Amino acid sequence: MRKLKRFAWNISFGFGVLMLVAPAISVFLWMLSLSLKTELDNTDFPPVFIPNPPVLDNFIAVFERNDFVKYAINSVIVSFTATGLAILFGVPAGYGIAKMRATNAAVVILIARITPGLSYLIPLFLLFQWIGLTGTLAPIIVTHLVITVPIVVWIMIGFFEGLPAELEEAALVDGATIWQAFRHVAMPLARPGITVATILAFIFSWNNFIFAMVLAGRETRTLPVAVNNMLTFEQISWGPLSAAALLVTAPVLLLTLLAQKQIVAGLTAGGVKGG
Amino acid sequence: MAGSTTTLDGAAAGTTPRRRRNYARQYWWFVVPCGAVVLGTIVFPWVFTLYMSLHDYHLGGGQTFAGLDNYRKLIADERFLFSIIRTLYFTALAVVIPMVLGLLAALAFHRKFPMRGLARTVFILPMMATPVAVALVWTMMFHPQLGVLNWLLQQVGLPPSLWVYSPDTVIPTLVMVEVWHWTPLVMLILLGGLASLPVDPYEAAKIDGATPVQAFWHITLPLLAPFLVVALIIRTIDALKAFDTIYVITQGGPGTASETINIFLYLQAFAYYNLGYASAVVVVFFAIIILLAMVLLWTRARVRNA
Repeated sequence: MRKLKRFAWNISFGFGVLMLVAPAISVFLWMLSLSLKTELDNTDFPPVFIPNPPVLDNFIAVFERNDFVKYAINSVIVSFTATGLAILFGVPAGYGIAKMRATNAAVVILIARITPGLSYLIPLFLLFQWIGLTGTLAPIIVTHLVITVPIVVWIMIGFFEGLPAELEEAALVDGATIWQAFRHVAMPLARPGITVATILAFIFSWNNFIFAMVLAGRETRTLPVAVNNMLTFEQISWGPLSAAALLVTAPVLLLTLLAQKQIVAGLTAGGVKGG
Repeated sequence: MAGSTTTLDGAAAGTTPRRRRNYARQYWWFVVPCGAVVLGTIVFPWVFTLYMSLHDYHLGGGQTFAGLDNYRKLIADERFLFSIIRTLYFTALAVVIPMVLGLLAALAFHRKFPMRGLARTVFILPMMATPVAVALVWTMMFHPQLGVLNWLLQQVGLPPSLWVYSPDTVIPTLVMVEVWHWTPLVMLILLGGLASLPVDPYEAAKIDGATPVQAFWHITLPLLAPFLVVALIIRTIDALKAFDTIYVITQGGPGTASETINIFLYLQAFAYYNLGYASAVVVVFFAIIILLAMVLLWTRARVRNA
């Protein structure tokens, strides 16, 4: 009897987990299915679930039109630069804030996390018009710093606070400068933290839509903006649209699968999210 | 987030106050470059927005000082007031449902079971995916005639829904997307909380013959309370700020049925280019967010004291 109860419990637990995971995966599977079917199958009702046979026409169509490759390069440049700069500025800042226990500085970062991304855009939009930077990638990179810098600083504060201070103190006693103590003692120890910060900053920069949507011109669109424009102009072609959507999000999904341990650690610690 | 400075307190206790102060000044140099970036990209926009909100500004037409006119106009703008109500409606649903589901998911993933790592990774995929990309797929699924969701409803014997194409169902439908998208973040925060709970109370409860359900209500929930509040605060702020999916799927439509504050703000600023007026919206919106965050922080303090 007890065994039976246990068995029933396990079955219902498994079913519960399945109910939690199924919606998450099925949206992506449906995206994949739409991208591999002909337009005829995509607009069939009842829906065709398994592409038979799977066709790559939609992906070919995406690459042939819409300057998809150019926008992909834009996205790569923007996300890598914004993440790199954030690491360059944010890692030392996180260290300094952790060492000084400068709560006020941390509060600024926290408020930045609270502020809606859209509210940065009006002033920065005008600023870039005055300076005359519109039409280049620079404004988009600068606005992406609004997302990446707080993520990096926030994660690094937590990481540096968790490191034992004894090693750096020993270095200082031995005559190292505080820069050397940071560069050669604290930073190597914090490498896992830097990895987490880099991955998360990159993902949320890559995913960002609103900054580039407002600031980008025809030549400077990032991928999310380009894909959204496809929806506006080609409402009915589901196949190419899904193929493009899949191509945009595939790098982040792969990164998540590969680095899931770091990502879970980073998100659990900080509750970070961009934009 | 809570108590994150405690480790440092202990570690720094050995150094003399004087030496620490000496170093403190030098540590500022670590913060200065980043401080400049934050000043330029984050603090400058805050200040400039305040300034703009007191001006009548039209693109290319210059600006005139308008005092509090923008705010007066805003309070009387019915479209804005309705957008606040919609935002609160959206937020209430988009907070409560992910909190409940996120807690259930965290409890599930806290137990050991086969393929747990894989299941957990799959579960967090939605929050890492590009919002625009998934919003496009949702849009196709919502199609009233050809969408897969209406087919699913049909299979279980329910009448088809108009999803985002009807003013009555648009907000619950967008909440569904938001729940799908952000429940994983709640789950992760609570999972971190569960991992940090002490084991002793559970052993004591087991000896006393408590059922798992009793243990959950009397041990897990109270101990998890601080984490629940953190998750609640983060979720509330994010739900208030929701933009990408709403914009891509409905752009505030049909009509203005899903026009939240953020969408209203976007339209004022970058569709109508009423930049002064939009700046006033930013200020009020920010005040609303801070207000709700303060209320939640106050609850957190009370939870802690209890």
